[in-house]
Amino acid sequence: MKPAPFAYVRPASLEDAIAALDEHGEDSRILAGGQSLMATLNMRLSAPEILVDIGRVPDLAGIEETDAGLRIGAMTRHAEVEASDLVASRAPLIASAMPHIAHPAVRNCGTFGGSIALADPAAELPACAVALGARMTIAGKGGTRTVDADAFFRGLYETALEPGEVLTAVEVPGIGAGWKSGFMELARRHGDYAMIGLAAHVEVQDGRFGQGRLVFFGVGERPVCAVRSAALLDGESWSDALGDRIADALKEELDPSEDLNADAPMRRHLAGVLARRVLAPLAA
Amino acid sequence: MDSTVEIGLRVNGERATRRIEARMNLVDFLREELGLTGSHVGCEHGVCGACTVRVDGRIVRGCLMLAAQADGADVWTIEGLSDTGEIRDLQEAFVERNALQCGYCTPGMLLTLAELRERNPAASRQEIREFISGNYCRCTGYEAIVDAFEMARQRQGGPS
Ligand SMILES: Cc1cc2nc3c(=O)[nH]c(=O)nc-3n(C[C@H](O)[C@H](O)[C@H](O)COP(=O)(O)OP(=O)(O)OC[C@H]3O[C@@H](n4cnc5c(N)ncnc54)[C@H](O)[C@@H]3O)c2cc1C
Ligand code: FES
Ligand code: FES
Repeated sequence: MKPAPFAYVRPASLEDAIAALDEHGEDSRILAGGQSLMATLNMRLSAPEILVDIGRVPDLAGIEETDAGLRIGAMTRHAEVEASDLVASRAPLIASAMPHIAHPAVRNCGTFGGSIALADPAAELPACAVALGARMTIAGKGGTRTVDADAFFRGLYETALEPGEVLTAVEVPGIGAGWKSGFMELARRHGDYAMIGLAAHVEVQDGRFGQGRLVFFGVGERPVCAVRSAALLDGESWSDALGDRIADALKEELDPSEDLNADAPMRRHLAGVLARRVLAPLAA
Repeated sequence: MDSTVEIGLRVNGERATRRIEARMNLVDFLREELGLTGSHVGCEHGVCGACTVRVDGRIVRGCLMLAAQADGADVWTIEGLSDTGEIRDLQEAFVERNALQCGYCTPGMLLTLAELRERNPAASRQEIREFISGNYCRCTGYEAIVDAFEMARQRQGGPS
């Protein structure tokens, strides 16, 4: 199908983009990489009157090291994040998630910020952002603010972004000594959205786990932090018995959604499978 | 509000300038405005890869990019890559290995494989499959396509 007609502007600065969004209000929509938005327009699931293309706003794309950690500009394409040595060394969790996002042609266009702003419940990057305690930088008419990942993802495709605001960058804090991360997802076909996935970021000292975060995606309306299950790790080294305890705890703690790909009992089971596969090598 | 835009871009090395509807996507622009019907249209929501074209050196989904977003870009389609001979060896290997039947997926498949050999010339069979995971082929079962990629590579003196 073809989209309903719309107007198109391509502001040359962030100020102009914010002004255009402000002027047109609810009738406008930000266009980043278009890899999710274009499909919904083509299927006429949404019909904005004007698209504000932020693709050529300067300084929105790029990856740099900061005092606080790593700053990934919202318009940075997935492919650039995937190929980045900085991301591989400073945020290995994100690096290991990238190849699972869609297919090469989609990664060439789709953006880091677009995935965060869209907040698809089965998407990889929101879960990584929550696991790493990332902070979102948001610009709007009133100025700039930052929001922690925990508070940013509110529900199904729902975020802390207000109408007229632009996500400009994601700041990933530096990784503390002894912290390790692991990522895995299960999908029916490579590149499909995951049935379920796990982004883990945990402290490991001398083969023993400490604090940590187990963030699942594809199991709820937003990334789900399995707090009680992760607490079982504290002070333990890896054993099959620990794996069993965590798998049981996850069955209690998670309340997964159902769809054509997997029902809730299957997702509960797979959560334990992922936890074992991801955690065992981290303690080794 | 004006729902048209003026764009200028380079397609297969030649300059093209048009006023079009803003909602026109790149693959429709190539097919309908420029008559380049080698890029196909399948699902129109990014799933099948039939619309794959090269924009500024990288493959993209022609159905998920507005022609307006390609303003100023350097675009290459299967017609252009056939004319320059860049992928002749791949095309010959496709024919020899029966890597196409109806041919609907083939232009997108060839553009995707052309990028794969730039980025990862020594790709394993598994990596080839992953790289073409966004390109549907309903005829061949993919194995022949992977065979053709390997055959072309071997002839260039690369690993089999
Ligand atoms: C076949 C296919 C498979 C896919 N598989 C996956 C997958 O497995 N995992 C996955 O995570 N994604 C997947 N995607 C989606 C892809 O990753 C998109 O790139 C991503 O979801 C959105 O990024 P975008 O830049 O394309 O955003 P767009 O499509 O341009 O925008 C998406 C939404 O976010 C808003 N938005 C975008 N940028 C900003 C910003 N900076 N500030 C405020 N709002 C903004 C837009 O207004 C729009 O509502 C897939 C897409 C396709 C076509
Ligand atoms: S037509 Fe573009 S991916 Fe199917
Ligand atoms: S040859 Fe028919 S779809 Fe691939």
